[in-house]
Order: sequence, then C-alpha cells, then structure tokens
Amino acid sequence: MKRSTTTLALAGLTATALALSGCGGGAESEASDGTIRVAYQKTKSFTAMDELMKKVKEQYEEEFPDRSVELMPIEAEQDQYFTKLALMNGSADTAPDVIYEDTFQIRSDAAAGYLQPIDEFVAEWDEWEQYDEGARQAGLGDDGKIYGVPLGTDTRGLYFNKEIFADAGLPEDWAPTSWDDVLDAARAVQESNADVIPLNVYAAQALGEATSMQGFEMLLYGTGDELMDTESNKWVTGSQGFLDALEFYQTVAEEKLGPDPALALDAGWGTKVSTELLPQGGIAIALDGSWLPSNWINGENEWPEWEETLGFAAMPTQDGGGEGFTSMSGGWTLSMGANASDPQAAFDFMAQALTFDNALTYHQEAGQIAVRTDVAESQEYLDFNPSFEFFSSLVPYTNFRPATPDYSQISSNIPVATEGVYTGQTTPEDAQTAYDQALVGIVGEENTQAG
Amino acid sequence: MTATATLTTGGRHRPGRGTPSRPGRPGRMAARLLSLLPATLLLLAFMLGPIVYSLYGSLTDRAMTGPRAADPQFIGFANYTELFASPDFWLSLGLTVVFVLASAVIGQNVLGMLLAVLLRSAVKPLRSLVGGLVVLAWVLPEIVAAFALYAFFQTDGTLNAFLGWFGLEGTSWLYYFPMLSVILANIWRGTAFSMMVYNAALSEVPPELIEAATIDGAGAWQRFTRVTLPVINRSISTNLLLTTLQTLGVFTLIWVMTGGGPGTQSSTLPVLAFQEAFKFAQVGYGTAIATVTLLIGAVFSAIYIRILKPEVV
Repeated sequence: MKRSTTTLALAGLTATALALSGCGGGAESEASDGTIRVAYQKTKSFTAMDELMKKVKEQYEEEFPDRSVELMPIEAEQDQYFTKLALMNGSADTAPDVIYEDTFQIRSDAAAGYLQPIDEFVAEWDEWEQYDEGARQAGLGDDGKIYGVPLGTDTRGLYFNKEIFADAGLPEDWAPTSWDDVLDAARAVQESNADVIPLNVYAAQALGEATSMQGFEMLLYGTGDELMDTESNKWVTGSQGFLDALEFYQTVAEEKLGPDPALALDAGWGTKVSTELLPQGGIAIALDGSWLPSNWINGENEWPEWEETLGFAAMPTQDGGGEGFTSMSGGWTLSMGANASDPQAAFDFMAQALTFDNALTYHQEAGQIAVRTDVAESQEYLDFNPSFEFFSSLVPYTNFRPATPDYSQISSNIPVATEGVYTGQTTPEDAQTAYDQALVGIVGEENTQAG
Repeated sequence: MTATATLTTGGRHRPGRGTPSRPGRPGRMAARLLSLLPATLLLLAFMLGPIVYSLYGSLTDRAMTGPRAADPQFIGFANYTELFASPDFWLSLGLTVVFVLASAVIGQNVLGMLLAVLLRSAVKPLRSLVGGLVVLAWVLPEIVAAFALYAFFQTDGTLNAFLGWFGLEGTSWLYYFPMLSVILANIWRGTAFSMMVYNAALSEVPPELIEAATIDGAGAWQRFTRVTLPVINRSISTNLLLTTLQTLGVFTLIWVMTGGGPGTQSSTLPVLAFQEAFKFAQVGYGTAIATVTLLIGAVFSAIYIRILKPEVV
C-alpha cells in the first residue's frame, strides 16, 4: 500500500519539475553548409540594425552567390537580448556565426568561450586602419585578442524641452553646472506645470544596463568615485559617491520630480520615453543616450520638430568639480561566434557590414558617434543630424565601464539598488550595503577595496 | 499535459487493485516486468534525468557568461549555504507559500467547489454560460492570459476604467498590490480546472445517499459536509495536489504582470530562480532555487496524501 504514496509523490515531483523547466527549451538549429547566421537586436524603437543587416545580406549574397545569410533578429529590449543571446550561445547548435555584441559583454562572452578572436582576419583587412586606437580597444578580450569590430560609440547627456522650460522661466540655453542645478530646474518645472514629468533618470530593474549606464553611472562618475579603481584594479565598496548617487535618486523620488514608480518600473519605459513622452512634451528633462534623435529622423516615430523643441546640455558633475561634466560611453561591435563553421565567410560578412557606406548609413540611422576616421570626417555624416555635434563634444568628458569579465554580472546589481531606493523600499545606505555584498560575492573580498 | 497525466495516475488508482497480491509464475512475472520496461526507461530519461541533472547543476558555480560559463566548478553545497543565508530567499519562500495557499488551496479550490455546487442546481442556460466563461480563462494560453491580466490590472487598465464608472478612483494595482494582483489573476485562471474536477466528482455522489440523509433529517449544509465531502474526498485531495503543484510552478503570469517586482515584492521562487539564473547570470545558484522549489512540491504532496487520504496510506 506504500506504493500509492510513492506514485503520487513521484507524479507530483514530475509535475513540478516539468512546470519549472517549462521556461527552458531551445530553438531548432537550421544551420546548413554555406549559411551564415547573424544575430542582432531589434526593438520597436531600434530598427537601424535590422535595416543594415537586410541590406548587407543582399550585398553579400550577390558577391558570394554560393553562400547565404540567415538573419536572426532578436526582438527584445536590451536586458532580455543578452539573456537570449547567452542562451543561444550556450549550445553549438544554436550559436550564431556573427553577433551584434555590446562592448561591455565582450570580455565576459570571450571568457565564456562564446566568441572567437579575429586578429588574423583584421590583420589582412584594409579598412582596419580607419579605426583609431581607442576604437580598437573596444573589442579586446582579457587575453589581448580582438573579439569585435566596433560599429560606433555613444555618449550620454541631458535632453530638455525648451517649450516647457520657457513656461517655467528657464533659459533656452540651459547649462547646469551641478546636480543641484538639475534638481532646481526640475523643481521649477514641477511648479509651473503639474502635468509633465520634470526629470527622468532610469531606475528600474527591468531596464537593466540602461539603468546602470544612462542612470546611475552618469551620476556616480560625476562624484569623483568609480565602480572600480582604475589604478589598483579593485572594485570599490562603500564609497561616498555611490551613496550620493543613490541619494540623488532618493531626492528625485521623494520630491516626486521623476516619473511615478509604477510607470518607471515597466520594461517598456525606455521606449515610451523616447517614442512617446519626449515627442509629446511629457518630460521636461531626460538623462539619456545620444541615439535618441535617430528615432525621430524618420520611420514610425518620426518627429521633425525635435530640432526646435529640444535642447541639449552636458551632464554636470555633482558640484561642478573635476572637468565639470561627465558622460559614459559604450557602443556595439560585430563579433564572430566561437562555433562559426566557416570563419572566413563570417568575417567577409562582417567586413561587408562595415564598409564606409554601410558604416555611414548605420551611424546616421542609429545615431552613433563614428569610430571610423573616414566616416567621422565626412561632411555627409556631420550634416545628417544636428545632435551629432553636441554628443561628439561630450567625448572628452566620457568614461568607460570597467572592462572585466565580471562587469555585466556586477552591473546587474546596480538597478536592484536604484529601484529599491526609487520605490522607497530601501534606504540608500541599505541599498549600498546590499550591492557591496553582491559585489564581494561575485569578485571575492580580495578584489575589492573600501572607497 | 502533465496535469492530465498525473490526473490519470491519481484518479484511476484504486487501493488493492493493480498491486499484485499473490505471486505469479516467474515467466508471467518477467513478461509483466518486461512490458513495463519502455515506460520505466522513458520515466527515467524524462523525469529522473532532468531532476538529477538539476541537482548536479545546483552544486556547481555555473554562470551564463564569463569564465564560469566555460569552466564551471563543483562547489558542493555552497549555493545552498548562500541561499539559506539570503533574506531574498526567505522572502521569496514566504511569498510562494502565500501565493500557493491563497490562490490555489483557498482560491481555486473553494471557488471551484462553490461554482460546481451552485451550477449543479442552476438552470441549464446559466450553467452553460457561467461554465463557458470560467473555462475560457483556463483554455487561454498562459502568455495570453498573462497579458490580458496585465492589461486588466495596470494603471490605465480595465479595472481602473471600470472603477471609474462608479466614481471610484483606482490605483496602480501591480505596483502597490503586486501579490494581491497575481493571486487574483491565478484564481481567475485556475478556478475552471477545479470546477470541472468537482463537477465530475459531485455527479458521482450516489443520489440515494443524499436521499437517505434527507430522510434522516440532515439539512443542506449537513448533507454537504457529512455526505458529499467525505464521498468526494479523493477528488479533493487529487485536485489540491494538482492545483498546488501547478501554482507552485507559475512563472509566466507573474513575470508578465509584475516582473517579480517592485523590487522583490512578488518574486516567488520560480521568478527568483529565473532572475538569479538569467538576469544575474548565476545559473548554478538559480538551479539551487529550482531544486528547493521541487522539494517544496514534494512536501506539499506528502502532506496532502497523509492528511486527506488516510485510507490509501
């Protein structure tokens, strides 16, 4: 009679096991000879890569009639894009040959064995000379080998709505020189117009790296503190700057200068900011990336008035110290999957995607800051988008994220802290402690130092 | 699919049947065992295999990317030690228990039973209408149901619009009441299953038993608690078991509606496991959470079997 218990218990276990494993599973491999599989991101507000890849596929298949390209656009916001990519890379059957890869994932993915070095290919590639030393560094792995060719880079700064500013009595050529200036402007907007969101700084976990980079790090790197001490190569715990940056979030939340947390926590918030709220005058000041105007130049979210409506300002440091302003830079590369069956064919595709013409088109469409010298210097590039000049001018103030294989994992703990503070669930102090604990758990006590 | 398979096992099982009570001839015995071989192998491959593999995975420091993705190390019970020391885990465990008790054990079962009882005495058109509506929630694919519920509960959603008609001011349900929202959502989604199970069970209650009880002077409530419930006892325990396990594994619904947030306020164990494995890239640690969830399922099963099926054990 004991058996029935066992049967039921086992049946129960299976049900649970299957229910739990339900979110796994992988796509069928469709690789065949002569096919290059290209994985890249595509979202409602980011279609530039999709357009470029379709064009390159056509050009490539014309040049190499015996080869074919299978495009695998991954329709996901940034955070889920990394997850999906990592899952695809986890198995040789699903791993793509050419990958659209964020520079902050390169070291990590190279260390994971998802990418293969392309040193010998770029050595024979004429166009490599066009990339300056800084741009070449972007694709370096921990072992000093090249794992990616940069498509472009970006900077971050403040967008502000001149019309809303005028109503609040703020100048059209607003140029804040401290965090307080930014907050004061937001307060002025709050008083003059209750219907708009005075200031948007990303805080949500659902936005992942966007929160870390466009939000928190834009503050932290303006305090004089850093995530990692570049001299000792140790991760910083308990720094005053980290706490101050979180307190900035707390101020924005407590004074209701930012979006309602219920809205800001949505995974689609980033897209909503760039495609709805800014164009509709729903936000007065937005701390965001240089690529936003590419949404408005043409296509579904066209907004020709953006040039007159929006002003730009560099993000000031906390109290105007240091160089006075700060920015963060990242960028994306094309990388080669470790399992690429025909590396030469894969590289040929990458090279095709990175020709002068294609690079120029991509920079224009995606609002990227050029990394190829010839593109950066071309008049056509400079004339295309009036915001290029402003965002390029931020390059001297810019910072790069600590390029270690652990960065992406450490970075995913930053939005936990900002969201906790922004929603009022944790104090800045507690959020910092939790981050420090997670940090030590990832890199080990010996790789950290007190800030 | 799994639910059906398990239902069959639970439902058809009769104590004393199917258990060979006297030893057969060795040849017949061997033939019997042989015929069970394919099923056993399949069970081992598809049931035990993943469980064992996940147990092993939870003892490593495997990550999604980085050096530990290329070369994961065996680290013994370190993931579990870390897990049990983490306040997030205990919060998540608490939320899971609340979610299961409120939405499955109480919500789906009681409401399902109530609907089944009420609809039995209702007129046929009403019965078809209500039954149809309830079943509709159940037949929707989970992802569709999840988006529908997200649209219902969100700030500009149907619920607030509905409240607006009556001059009531809504709120950001998913933000201020994340657990309540997902619990209501899961009740909405899962009640149909319980209703159908109980409907079938109620129709098997011999009418003469009820008549006899009526003659003996039992009221409706007494007839229900003293006659009907004991008769359908086995269906209740099977249903509790199934809805509990199903609810324990609910992921899509919560993920779409709240993403486990705000913060960790609606991160039940499956959501926490997903977050750790795929968002924070700690696959080994996430697997440890999944394994703990599996054990909780086993504990729930054992409790139901002990309490509700004394005649079987």
